[in-house]
Formats: sequence, C-alpha cells, structure tokens
Amino acid sequence: MAHAWPQSSVTPPAADAQTDPDTSPPGTAFNASAFVQQTEDGTSALDLVIENLHFPACVQKIERGLNACDAVLKARVNLRTHRLRVLWDVKRMRADAIIQLLSRLGYRAKPFDPRLESASGPAPERALLRAIGVTGFSAANVMLISVSVWAGLVEDMGPATRDFFHWLSALIVLPAIAYAGRPFFSSAGRALAARSLNMDVPISLAVIAAAGMSLWETITGGAYVYFDAAVMLLFFLLIGRYLDMRVRSKARAAAHNLLALGTTSATLMDETGRHQLIPVENLTRGMTLFIAAGEHFPADGVIMSGVSEVDASMMTGESLPQAVKKGAEVFAGTVNVSAPVSLRVTVAGEHTVLSQIVRLMDAAEQTRAKYARLADRAARIYAPAVHVLAALTFLGWLVIAHASWQAALINAIAVLIITCPCALGLAVPAVQVVAVGRLLKKGVLAKAPDALERLATIDAVVFDKTGTLTRGAPTLINAATIGKEDLALAASLAGASRHPLSQALRRAAGSAIPPVPDVTEHPGQGLVALIEGQEIRLGNRAWCAVEEHTTAQMTAASELWLRAPGRAPVRFAFRDQIRPDAARVVRFFRARGFFVGILSGDREEVVSPLAQSIGIEHWRSNMRPGDKIAALQKLKAAGRRVLMVGDGMNDAPALAAADVSLSPSTASDIAQARADFIFQGERLMPVVELYRVAQQARRLILQNFGFALSYNLLAVPLAMAGLITPIIAALAMSASSLLVTTNALRLHVMKSGEAP
Amino acid sequence: MTALIFLIPAALFLGLLGLVAFLWSLNSGQYEDLDSAPYRILFDDENEDPGKTPDKS
Repeated sequence: MAHAWPQSSVTPPAADAQTDPDTSPPGTAFNASAFVQQTEDGTSALDLVIENLHFPACVQKIERGLNACDAVLKARVNLRTHRLRVLWDVKRMRADAIIQLLSRLGYRAKPFDPRLESASGPAPERALLRAIGVTGFSAANVMLISVSVWAGLVEDMGPATRDFFHWLSALIVLPAIAYAGRPFFSSAGRALAARSLNMDVPISLAVIAAAGMSLWETITGGAYVYFDAAVMLLFFLLIGRYLDMRVRSKARAAAHNLLALGTTSATLMDETGRHQLIPVENLTRGMTLFIAAGEHFPADGVIMSGVSEVDASMMTGESLPQAVKKGAEVFAGTVNVSAPVSLRVTVAGEHTVLSQIVRLMDAAEQTRAKYARLADRAARIYAPAVHVLAALTFLGWLVIAHASWQAALINAIAVLIITCPCALGLAVPAVQVVAVGRLLKKGVLAKAPDALERLATIDAVVFDKTGTLTRGAPTLINAATIGKEDLALAASLAGASRHPLSQALRRAAGSAIPPVPDVTEHPGQGLVALIEGQEIRLGNRAWCAVEEHTTAQMTAASELWLRAPGRAPVRFAFRDQIRPDAARVVRFFRARGFFVGILSGDREEVVSPLAQSIGIEHWRSNMRPGDKIAALQKLKAAGRRVLMVGDGMNDAPALAAADVSLSPSTASDIAQARADFIFQGERLMPVVELYRVAQQARRLILQNFGFALSYNLLAVPLAMAGLITPIIAALAMSASSLLVTTNALRLHVMKSGEAP
Repeated sequence: MTALIFLIPAALFLGLLGLVAFLWSLNSGQYEDLDSAPYRILFDDENEDPGKTPDKS
C-alpha cells in the first residue's frame, strides 16, 4: 500500500539512521525519525500507535513513564484511538529512544503518520459537533419563543406580538439551518445530480420547505410557523449522523493502526553494517536486510547469518516454529522468533507468496455481493413514498377540495415535515453505537458497523483450525508427570527467552517464578545457566544430550528437555490445544441448524480427530488459500450466508470472500485488516456473543422501523387532512426520536444468555 | 410587555454563552478522547518533579 508510506521517510537523516544491532533491544530496530514532525515553537512531536493498550491504567503508566524524562514536554495517550502523542526536545533525546522507553514499560509502539488520517480524519467529526451545538442552541431558544406563541394562540396574544415573535424565530433559526443543514443539502444535491434519491432528499426538502413556508407566513403575518420543527429535525438528525460517524471513525482508526503496526518497512543493511529504514515497496532482489527477533520477514529470501526459528503458522497453519540457519529459505509474512538474522532478498514485491495471497484476497473482495444496508433499503421505499404522498396532498387539496394553491402547498409541506425520517436517521446509528459499545466490553472490536446487520442473517459458520479453534500457542500437556521443582527450575530459565515454548513453560509454572540471571540463549538449540556452580540446560534433545533410547516417548507433540548434572533429564511436552469452549460454540450453531465446517491448511491426521472431538462433520484439510475461497463460493452458491472465522494469512482471502468475517486478536495483521470483527482472549464464546448481539441489534432496528411506520400511519392522515399545527409537529418530532433512542438503549440491559 | 426588551436579549445572551463555551471546549480537543476522560480523574497528581510544568490540558 504505497499511500501508507510517508514521503519523507525514504531518505531518513543519516544521524538517526545508524543503529547498532548489538545494543538495540529486539523489535526496536524501527527508525522513528522519519515520522517526527516539528511544531512552531521548536519542539518535536511524534504520534505512535500502542499495540497492547487495553486498560485505563496503562494510560497513566505510559504518561508517567514518559513525563519522567526531562526531555519530554508532554505525553498524552488517546484511549479511544490507542494512540500516543509525545512532544519533546529532539536535541536531548532521539525519537527511537521514546520507542525503546515504551518497550521497557512493556508496550509495543510503532510510529504513525497523522497525515494518513488528516485527509478524512477528525475534521468532519468536529464539524458535525459544531453543527449540533449550533442547532441545539437555536432549537432551545426558538422553543422558548414558540411555547409562548402556542400559549398565545389559546390566550389572547395580539397579532403584533405574534409577528414580532415569528420574526425573532426566523432570526434565530434561518442562520442555524443555513449553517447546520449543509451536510444534508450537499448529500441530497449529489444524489439528485446522479439522478437518484437518498434519505437526504426528503430531509432537505422538508427542512427547506418548512423554513421557506414559515418565512412566507411570517412576512404575510400568518398564524402558524414551523421554524421550531425544522431546526429540531436537523438537531436530531445531526445527532444520529454523529453517532454513526463515531462508530465509523473508531473502526477506521483501528484499521489505520493495524496498517501502521503491520510490516510496511524493512531495515536495510549495507556493507558497513549501517542500518537504514526503507519502505517494503522499494525492496529489490539481492538486498540484505536486518530482521530483529519478533519481526515479520518483509520478503522471501535466504538467511545469510544468524540462527533463529521461524513461525510460519500464519502462512501454513503449522503451529510450531521451525529452526533456520544460514542458507535456509524463508517466506514473507512469517515471523522471526528467537534471534536477529540477516536476510538476502530473493523475491520481493509482486511475486512473494504474501502478495499472491493479497491478490487472491482483492479478487475475492470484488466477488463479494454488495450488501444493501437496512437503512438504505428502507430509504429506497420511504423517500419516493414521502414525495408521492406530499404531491397527492397538494393535488388533492387543489383539485378535490378546491383550496387555494397556498393552502394546498402548506398542507403538502406539513406532510413532508411530519413524515421526515427522524426515526430512520436516528434508529440505526443509535442501535449500532450501543451494540458496538457492548461488544467492546466483551472484548470484541467491530471494525465495520454494518457487518452487524450482515452477521444477523448468517446460516453457516466456517472455522480455520490453528489459532482459531485452537489457541495457536503451545501448551504444556504433561505437567502432571513433572515434579514441581523441575518445573520451577525450567520456568526460571525460560524467563530469559522469548521462544514460544519458553513462554508456554512460564505460563504453566505460574507468574511467581523469579528468573535466573546470566542465562545464555543459543538460538535453535536452547538455554544454559550456571546455578550454584552447576550447568543447567534447557532446550532440544541434542542440546541436552538425551540418549536415543527415549525415542519411545517421541510423539507428534513438540518437546523441551531440562538437564541438570546428576539427575535424569526431564521431558516437557507441548501441544497446541483446542480452545476450551470450542465444542460449546459448535453446539450452539448446530442447534440452530447452521452449517458448521472447518477449512484447514493443516494435515488430515491433525484436522480429523479435532473435528470429531468438537462435533464438526464437514471438514477439509490441506486447503490452500485458493481452495478455501472455492469452498466458500460453493457454500454461497448453495444459498448459504457464511461467517468465516480465521486468523492466518492463508485465511485472509477467505475472510474477504465470506459474507462476514471474524478474527482473533492474535491473528496476522493482514487477516485482522480484512476481518469485520476482532475478538480477544482464550475463549471462542465471543463468536456466540457477537451473533446474539447482532440478532438483538437487528431486532431493535426492525422494531424502530416499525415505530416509525406506525407513527407515520397515525400522523400522515392528519397532515394530509390539514390538521397538523406547529405544536403537533414539534411534539411528534421529539416524541418519535426519543422513542427510538430509548428503544436502542434497551440493548444495554438485554440478557446475553448462555449457550446450551 | 416592556419586560420582553430585557428578557429576550438576556435569554439569547445566556444561550449564546453556552454555545460559545461548547465551541471552545470542542476546539480545545475535549471531545477527542471521551474513553479515558472518566479515568483521568482517578489518576494521582504528579508533584514529585516540581521543576516540570504540569500537563496543562
């Protein structure tokens, strides 16, 4: 994605381009200087995306940690967008030092270019809020006047006072409408220019007609003006639009964060060992790259130096890292696990396995049927109906009742005002805001709000295996046969390592194990430490010199060995385990008659027993990305609406091809970028929770449409009969808006229920 | 009725005051991050480092 790359970063300043591979901590080889902006008063500003920012307490920890530095003037975390803005003195502290400081605090941060978002960013959100403020002020003040006019209609307000009040109302309302109505007017204008109708056409027409007619009435000294109804209509609709935009901008921020966190840059190493950051797009064959531990390989290539392990689970579904050394071939998108290596690029750009997947994905996206949102479908019926009714009213009064054209026009406008889709404009966004907020509390991030609607109608669920039905991380499976001391000793050694098996060991031992100092890690082999003069080793079979006669114990699982002098070696076995509630989730969907299936890239012997154990009949193994798409297309051709749950890079095209898609938060960036929803945690239950919320949201939206319809059935005949007065219009307007909003809020208190 | 000459401008002035306050809070970025605002009040003040200017926003 070329647009994601800031222009200035292609040639970073030489002073900052140098990083010493031996001293820079793993994962921080990223050069941030290209993202630094200069402010007017001479300080520097840097925007960062914080990856693992989940709790409010993190805000304080980060801000304190940074503000404790003398060079930092101000650090402010935005919890909504998960971003951090730092203002500091660049002469006293390098940009990279900020990222290193954050990593010492325990947060992974990547620089972010705010220009990415400034094009379509918070500016329209502010403009909407400003418009809401203006219409709110105007509506409140015009009400003050309207109420006294309404009272005056029954009491004995003189026509002179009434006219004065009408003029005053016009003075307050007309500028507000001219200012705050622009988003609706311009949208309606665009629709009309394209010879189509959208919801903004009747809205604009009603507002302009009501304001125009009221002005006419004011000038001619009439009794009824609808200024209050017109501005209140705008006020409520703007609120609905703001809610909608907030959900969308949050989703967009999440998408942009993923983009920033993904591999969009590579660290180039020249002959003198100097490091330079270049965009992935500029990689060419033969370049030598430096890949820190924990980073993705940005291109296919051959390892030149260093010994490490590669996690290819995102590509192949294979869950355990494989050892690589000089001469080994690695693929773009896989993760370098244990130690820094240098890589000679053999294939870059268009021809990497990764970009083939991206191409498949884009193709799949295009075949995805365009889903018409409920509100749009409603508008398609509603907008013409409103116009026809208004026209009928005008003609009816003119032809049948032989009224004057002014009286006929007034009644037609009353129809437009009263049918104005307040409920429609507010109903859907209000429900979505509540639903998205509730999902967030359950650890589910909704990236595309309209995906909730799509999700409510699914009748097939397809899972990937590794990382989706399973945890995607190894778990110790023979803890029962291991002595407590051995486990504690092994875990204290493992504390020094970032290897997945070490981390699994630490998790199994609990958190209270103090790490041993002076552990040496030999990548691809194991760890060694001296404790009380004794050499303790933890690592693979060869590293711990375990004799071959123990091969009877060798199973499909992967293993670690612990060797202390004078004691028998201890074996730790690990396996990728099924998520504990996977079977329950499958039962939930099967009980509803859904098609439930597995599409896995893994081998048949692994997939088959797993599918049986959780009760899935339909499973396919050895699936390549293209096969997964084909399988989904077949399901869709059979009339199914498919939810795809997957995490790997090899799932990304399938995620794009399905009707709705969901990824765990441990998924590859590319899968997360494509998924409609992202869920966190060990459990699979959020899938069920998500489905329930989507259904409840859909029910509430339909109910709200029902309210809007019945309100119209009641009010439209009154309006056509010419019985609507300004007070009824104002009451009906606010009552219907309050009703749909209150109904949306019910989603907060609805029970989520438990799966069978 | 003469009271209206004072009351209407007074009402409009108060309303405008509210509008101006809202626009000011909007422009000073107070609506950018509504998620962390309820928690910030619970954070302890930092007074350990008197040489530093406190966070002004």
